[in-house]
Amino acid sequence: MQEFFHSVTLDRDKCRGCINCIKRCPTEAIRVRNKKAYIIAERCIDCGECIRVCPHHAKRATCDSLDILNKYKYTIALPAPSFMAQFNNLEDIDIVLNALIDFGFNEIFEVAKAAEIVSAATRKLMESRKLPRPVISSACPAVTRLIRVRFPGLIDQVLPLHAPIEVAARMAKRAAAAKTGLPLSEIGAIFISPCPAKVTATKMPLGTEKSWVDGVVAVSDIYPKLLGLMKDAASHEIAMLSETGKIGLSWGSSGGESSGLINDNYLAADGIENVIRVLEDLEDEKFRDVDFIELNACSGGCVGGVLNVENPYVAKTKLYRIRKHLPVSLNHLEDADLADPKLKNDLSWDTPLEFVPVMKLDEDVFEAMKKMEQAEEICQSLEGLDCGSCGAPSCRALAEDVVRGLASIDDCVFRFKEKNGYVPAPFRSEQVGVKDGKEETV
Amino acid sequence: MSGLKWTFEVDGNDFTRAGEASSSLKKKLRALGVSPDIIRRVSIALYEGEINMVIHANGGTIDVEMTPDRIDMVLKDTGKGIPDIEQAMQAGWSTAADEVRSLGFGAGMGLPNMKKNTDEMRIESTVGVGTTVYMTIYIS
Ligand SMILES: Nc1ncnc2c1ncn2[C@@H]1O[C@H](COP(=O)(O)OP(=O)(O)OP(=O)(O)O)[C@@H](O)[C@H]1O
Ligand code: SF4
Ligand SMILES: [Mg+2]
Repeated sequence: MQEFFHSVTLDRDKCRGCINCIKRCPTEAIRVRNKKAYIIAERCIDCGECIRVCPHHAKRATCDSLDILNKYKYTIALPAPSFMAQFNNLEDIDIVLNALIDFGFNEIFEVAKAAEIVSAATRKLMESRKLPRPVISSACPAVTRLIRVRFPGLIDQVLPLHAPIEVAARMAKRAAAAKTGLPLSEIGAIFISPCPAKVTATKMPLGTEKSWVDGVVAVSDIYPKLLGLMKDAASHEIAMLSETGKIGLSWGSSGGESSGLINDNYLAADGIENVIRVLEDLEDEKFRDVDFIELNACSGGCVGGVLNVENPYVAKTKLYRIRKHLPVSLNHLEDADLADPKLKNDLSWDTPLEFVPVMKLDEDVFEAMKKMEQAEEICQSLEGLDCGSCGAPSCRALAEDVVRGLASIDDCVFRFKEKNGYVPAPFRSEQVGVKDGKEETV
Repeated sequence: MSGLKWTFEVDGNDFTRAGEASSSLKKKLRALGVSPDIIRRVSIALYEGEINMVIHANGGTIDVEMTPDRIDMVLKDTGKGIPDIEQAMQAGWSTAADEVRSLGFGAGMGLPNMKKNTDEMRIESTVGVGTTVYMTIYIS
């Protein structure tokens, strides 16, 4: 069995065993047992939905602490594009970048810069027409993981390029090693992240064996430390560090990656439920005349990441304001050959994406079919309320758990109570709001 | 006294490079210690003009001259020209293509913004021949 790392974990003390998270999880990866939620590791895609919905703040994202800077001789900050949208009245990105240097990083490599290179490479690949259409973005790791476990038929369409964060780490570390003479192991590339999915993506990457990102700190952890430093930076001459244009920054919100294609034949969906709808439609071969599909697990795109501090919609407006008078792009690939070994290593996947059938009922196809029939039957016999009281997200999920041997049909509270002559409220005949024969408005 | 002069070639075939000329002028003005307000106005006006040269014309040349009391910018393209300048100057009028709209272009606010940020502005345009935009910002 493969070992799993997940950034999203449960704080057992805070968990009350309610059913908010199990209903919300897009891969049905959560069950409640013994009054506590638990996450089925191989199913979790670290999208952060459960963190968002948990009223008791029992779900959390594990990131590196800011002390990680001390682990390396030379550190490079990799700020996410959406990070620039977290500040009030920010006129100049350089103020943030200078503050990061004052905080203790030796160097900055904007993820937005790498994003412009990924955009340029994507344009080249799309022109070469070698990819099956529509091409599906691979930038949001939660979406890539979702495709890997739920949509095997779409794997070939996923853009085989590293996400900008990985490209940034590779380019930055290589350049820093050449500049400083230090071995790569003493250079730390630290991502300032809006999301837990990126943490997981660096620990257990897809598309490559090992990520070059050495650490991931949460935007929400570094943000308060930077505010004072930014005030100082704004009051004097600052170094011009930013090397990104409109396209790079735009990646921070939904539609941004697509805008970098300079082709309006795209579709951009955000929010995990919308993403799933689009993927289902894609499986049914809808959207055949669209060239590119951009999918972001978070509403609004990465500005909606759970580790960000600003309201996603406000952040989007801020991002648009900052990008307003920037050059379209400051990073280009010109006549660069994507097959060149170094560029290939920086940009392209070296390990193919493979289907991981975590949802299937049995290794053996015939067994699986049998179990599916059984599950179907059990499901028919259940009330169909999808109430979640059994600890599974739906009646169907309970039925599958039963055939997998992980639950009992008597876990259904209605069945249990019915045995004892109890009629659950949803099946009682009296009407809500009718009292003493008079109808009341509810 | 003759002033400082810069010339920028604007490539009309590479949209991804649009805006680079105004960003490099901005860096030069910063290095010269020009006041932030003047830098802001010059770079916004030049930016909008430069983008127009790329998305509405086939590129061309930008000449900038700075003397102690003024900055003059001449943006000359050999594009399709503007048939009705008065209409083009109206806020919201745009013929921009769809593929540039996702980057925020095409609001029809470029020319009005150029007018707003400069002290003098004049457009000469002949359909089929090209467009030249003259802009001046006084420093003191
Ligand atoms: N150099 C030019 N050559 C040809 N036509 C031009 C040129 N500059 C502007 N125009 C015309 O004038 C219109 C208005 O220009 P303006 O810059 O105000 O708006 P826009 O470029 O369409 O949108 P925005 O500038 O808000 O992105 C353009 O849509 C275009 O039709
Ligand atoms: S949309 Fe962005 S912030 Fe949200 S999970 Fe995907 S990569 Fe992370
Ligand atoms: Mg314009």
